[in-house]
Order: sequence, then C-alpha cells, then structure tokens
Amino acid sequence: MIDQAAARRAAQEVPSIPRDADGPVFREPWEAQAFAMTLALHERGLFTWPEWAAALSREIKRAQAAGDPDTGETYYAHWLAALEQLVQEKGVASAETLHRTKHAWEHACDRTPHGEPIELKPDDFH
Amino acid sequence: MTHDHHDDHHHSHHDHGSDLTEMQLRTRALETILLEKGYIDPAALDELVDIYEKKIGPRNGAQVVAKAWVDPKFRKLLFEDGTAAIGSLGFGGRSGNHLVALENTPTVHNMVVCTLCSCYPWAVLGLPPLWYKSAPYRARTVADPRGVLRDFGVELPKDTEIQVWDSTAELRYLVVPMRPAGTEGWSEEKLAELVTRDSMIGTGLPKQPKDLQ
Repeated sequence: MIDQAAARRAAQEVPSIPRDADGPVFREPWEAQAFAMTLALHERGLFTWPEWAAALSREIKRAQAAGDPDTGETYYAHWLAALEQLVQEKGVASAETLHRTKHAWEHACDRTPHGEPIELKPDDFH
Repeated sequence: MTHDHHDDHHHSHHDHGSDLTEMQLRTRALETILLEKGYIDPAALDELVDIYEKKIGPRNGAQVVAKAWVDPKFRKLLFEDGTAAIGSLGFGGRSGNHLVALENTPTVHNMVVCTLCSCYPWAVLGLPPLWYKSAPYRARTVADPRGVLRDFGVELPKDTEIQVWDSTAELRYLVVPMRPAGTEGWSEEKLAELVTRDSMIGTGLPKQPKDLQ
C-alpha cells in the first residue's frame, strides 16, 4: 500500500484526467520502436527492469525539474532519453556515436526527395 | 532499414528533401547502432512492435478474468500465485512477471497506480493508455481515488472501500472485477467480451450484458 501523505503532497489539482477512450497508446511509430527496442535489450539481459525503472524515473524527474508538465504527451521522449542513457552506461555506444549516427540520419533525410524511403548510406557519415 | 514503410514524413511539405522529427532521428540512430552491433535483430524487433501494437492487448487479460469467473480452481490459483496462473494460459514472460491479481468484491474495489514510473502488466493488458502515464493521474488516484473514479464515470456505493495499489518494476497488478449479473451459463469467450481494459486497472467496471447488443 501507499504512503498516502507523501502522495498527497505530490498531488496536483487538475481539472480533468487526460483520457484516450481506448484509443492508440502510441501516437507515432517511433514510440513503438523505442518501446520494442527496450524490450529486446531487456530480453538480451542488458539491464533488469528495476534498472530500467530507475533510469526512466531519473529522466522523468529531470524533465519535471526542467518544467515538463508530464501529461503523458512527452512520456516516450523521456523513455527514449532513458534508453540512450542506459545504452551509454552499459558501454553499447558512446554519446559521440549516438550523436554522429543521428547526424547521418539527418543528412540522409536532406538528400532524400520527399515521399521516398529514407535510407542510411555510408556517405551520410562524415 | 526495415521501417521505411512507416509514414514518418507525412507532416512535412518541404520542396526539397525529407523531414524527420528530432525524436524520429534519435530513434533511428539508436536502432541503427543496435542493429549494427547485433544487439537486436530487425525481424524480432518488427515482431515485437507488432505484438505490442496489435496482438497483445487487453484481450489476454480479459481471458484471464473470464476464466477466473467460471473456473473456481483457476480463480484460487490466480489469487494465490498470479504469475503461475497466467503462465498456465500461455501469457506472461517479459514484464508480465510477478503478477498479483486483486479481487474486487461488493465491499472492496481495487485500483492500480504507479506513482513512480508507470509500471504496467504489459503481457496481459497490452500497452498502457496515455493517461495512465500522466503525473496528475498517478498523484490524484492516490490522494482522491473516489474523485478519479467519478471522472471515469464510476460511482461506487459509499460503503465500498477503495484500495489503491502501487505497482513497481518487480510487481504488477491485475484487477479482477466482479462478474456482471445476468451472465449465468455464458461461455468464457462471451464473458471475456465484457472485460474492459479499464476494469482491469480498476478505473472502470466490466460491461453489462445489455452493452453487448
């Protein structure tokens, strides 16, 4: 059971709860991708669920401290940030590699005509 | 890459090049690295996305509840060892681990919340709804569960006690609602149609027989 007093202190007055009426829980495909990658890495034993929970909670707290309203809309942004953080901590990829690969994708985007599939090529890394 | 069929750029109307949002770029970057290093296999990843988007949904949980309504032996096992009970139906694994079933009765109504990080029994309930992950929901449920239920259109008798359970990364909960009246003799399959996702989180009640037609 819960420490009711501590929770009450955290409680915020809100006019209504955001609802989705059984609608899609992913708003965009990248959210499902981020979610699935996390499950796949957990299956591989890269981290435990308590480790994951700690990483996600850290990101959410960091975002809240920076003024994120945490209404659920930004949830998967925190999720992705936590995943990037864990991947670095576990030595899978450095921040530099993540950054460089993201820029390569940006480059691939720029040279791909609108409407065509975006593919990453070696030339995109530079 | 294997995911270019996703309609990633339908929002952009640039004359040149394509547009991906910051989040899409970061997701693709991470995916590229994990694929290159062999941490994930693209087919398995696609399958996972598919499972969690479509296949695994509240239907698994609904089957669990319907079985508990008709099979006393299963019901007993479910409340004694939820993980073993759902495992016996072929569900579980992944984050369905360590599942505890909570019994709603005429005097006790259970509600599940995660005040920390939105832990959720994915294996039986599919993906969590957006509101479940919002800070206001988490905080308000603990402080004022009856008010939250009212927002969801659920009014419980005054003498029904509401218990709020806080799930953790290791322990997740499934609420087993009460079987609606007028369903005597129904098959498990038909009963499962009455079980909504919200009724298994405790923010709703099962459908009534009249709701099916």
